[in-house]
Amino acid sequence: MPTPIDRDEVRRIRAEEGGQLVEVLPPPEFADEHLPAAINVPLKELDELGPRLLERGRAVIAYCYDYQ
Amino acid sequence: MSPRAAARLESIGFARVYDYVAGKADWGSAGLALEGENGSKTRAGAHARTDVPTCRLGAELRQVRKLVENAGWDTCFVVDGAGVVLGRLERSALRSDADVRVEAVMTPGPNTIRPSARLEATVERMRRQDLTNLPVTSSEGKLIGLLARDDAEAALARLLAS
Repeated sequence: MPTPIDRDEVRRIRAEEGGQLVEVLPPPEFADEHLPAAINVPLKELDELGPRLLERGRAVIAYCYDYQ
Repeated sequence: MSPRAAARLESIGFARVYDYVAGKADWGSAGLALEGENGSKTRAGAHARTDVPTCRLGAELRQVRKLVENAGWDTCFVVDGAGVVLGRLERSALRSDADVRVEAVMTPGPNTIRPSARLEATVERMRRQDLTNLPVTSSEGKLIGLLARDDAEAALARLLAS
């Protein structure tokens, strides 16, 4: 089960584990604003793009806008 | 949406998956940088002055006034040990010659905005409400800085021209 984390953990996992930040919102919302160094893999395209754009051996941090 | 995405990532073979449930709204409201067409430079926090003076509850007003004047400011925020805003010393309060502690004359619970507030909307609000500045605080209530209307209007003009 994925582990819920807060922003401090995001920063730590990025710095210490090289975690990959993934915004799962549609491209226009990613273009509007996104976390530094994040890549965009929209939820609807996760099956296709996830394995191509993300490294399986590294941690992955998924996020969207808020608790929606 | 991110819980579903994180669960899906696990189901297709990713072993270490985390879910930053509070997302970019939380990130921006903490004053952390955002990139993109409407990233940090279009937000209030990027244009706030971060050298605004602060003091703690219990401080003597006379001493605080000297510090504030020496720093070239006419306002000061009263914060707790974590930097959470408890009150504000306005110009009139700082002028007081009374021998009191700051809590006796501070304005408690001043209105604040988040660093992620859009600059255009913030300028519009400042004009509408005739505000010369607005304190910027994180989602935890910690002081980030003071957004002056002059600075906000100038930044907005630069953004619209670019």
